[in-house]
Amino acid sequence: MAKLTADTDLCQGYGNCLTTADDVYDIDDDGKVVLLTETIPEADRARVEAAARSCPVKALGVVDG
Amino acid sequence: MSTVVIVGASVGGVRTAQALRANGHDGRIVLVGAEPHLPYDKPPLSKQFLAGAWEHDRLALLTEEEAAADGIELRLGVAATGLDPVARTVELADGTSVGYDTLVIATGATARPSPWAAESGVHVLRTLGDGTGLRAALAEPGPLVVVGGGFIGAEVAATAHAAGRAVTVVDPLPAPIARVLGAEVGRLVGDVHRRHGVETRFGTGVQAVSGRVGALEVALTDGTVLPAGTVVVGIGAVPAVEWLADSGLELDNGLVCDEFCRATGHPEIFGVGDVARWFHAGHGEHVRVEHWTNAVEQAACVAHNVVHPEEPVQYRPTEYAWSDQYDWKIQIAGRPNRATGFELAGDPTTDPPRFAALYRDETGRLSAAVTVNWPKLLVAARRLITAGTPYEEGLSVLDKLIAPVSAA
Repeated sequence: MAKLTADTDLCQGYGNCLTTADDVYDIDDDGKVVLLTETIPEADRARVEAAARSCPVKALGVVDG
Repeated sequence: MSTVVIVGASVGGVRTAQALRANGHDGRIVLVGAEPHLPYDKPPLSKQFLAGAWEHDRLALLTEEEAAADGIELRLGVAATGLDPVARTVELADGTSVGYDTLVIATGATARPSPWAAESGVHVLRTLGDGTGLRAALAEPGPLVVVGGGFIGAEVAATAHAAGRAVTVVDPLPAPIARVLGAEVGRLVGDVHRRHGVETRFGTGVQAVSGRVGALEVALTDGTVLPAGTVVVGIGAVPAVEWLADSGLELDNGLVCDEFCRATGHPEIFGVGDVARWFHAGHGEHVRVEHWTNAVEQAACVAHNVVHPEEPVQYRPTEYAWSDQYDWKIQIAGRPNRATGFELAGDPTTDPPRFAALYRDETGRLSAAVTVNWPKLLVAARRLITAGTPYEEGLSVLDKLIAPVSAA
């Protein structure tokens, strides 16, 4: 399992994370990221890490959980 | 063991290197960068870095530790000066060369230089060095004249205005951003300057810039002369392909690539980011895109195609860009300048405004969206555009988020 982090202060609502992993990330009415789950299986890790790396302000993390 | 050499250490090059490892490439990765700094991110240079809110360390794209952890060999401070695609070697500015099995060209674009010469005080903004110089210049008093009303110019104007500088933005077009957004939406969005008390001279060209830092004069084509302490020239960028001039690769407004981002006639050479003009199969034409998200998405696609040459994936993204100006967050998906019509939603008159333009193309699909201060709507529209949704169907889905206020 890997654990997801999201910094809503950093988040600017650019939305790139949703194009790669909208099963994990969503956006609220204020344009801030919402985590749909707190953990992901290792099988999803590479894809979700790519989604996290697509964040222009580095608001997202995938850490060992 | 196969070696991938990546030339260009900005976001496209760095993300390609990382994505290669994520895709299971177990050979060498050599990342060549012309600038001496560790890889850094460029979008904040006109915003947080220019404002002094962020320092250099906040811009880091790849630390030495991260490079080491991914086995990425860094060759920084050495520009690539030539390419021999037969011998498969890249020549470097220090006289050495590096051999490759696969080459990724990600040298980006360079700021179009100012055609107006002054003794000093005229800046462009593209690199960290440019940003450091401009930041120091903005700390001095005196009015700022920004030549060019595109994204970079508008962001510099907004940042300088917030820092208390008197700013004038000059552009020969009556609505500069209309190049991207179309005339009517371009006017609405371009109005951001006036609404924040920044003077604009749109529809007026620059005749000459003279003087020196602190005592510059910008002569306009209508005869006006604007005094300036500092001048910023933001008139676009040109793909950085000079080093490929003798390589035999096909160059035409960038490195010409196929739908898999492979250079013409060279399946072992790929293009990523601002430098690459590739065949977008969805649009049926070659395109070149100078935006951060494109570099990241193209890097992911190229990394896949390098590691899996037997099952390459076409690169056919929905274009996406953003610009933060004053308290307006402007987001663009698709190609609004190719649209045949649009509808407006939301209210452009509130302060700050929240509105959107939703565009259709000649095939009757939802083809583009522009939002101001409405990220959630942009995300939803971007998804529908990518899915090729018919226009009316797309609007009815988006209608749950909006109430259209007018039609055009």
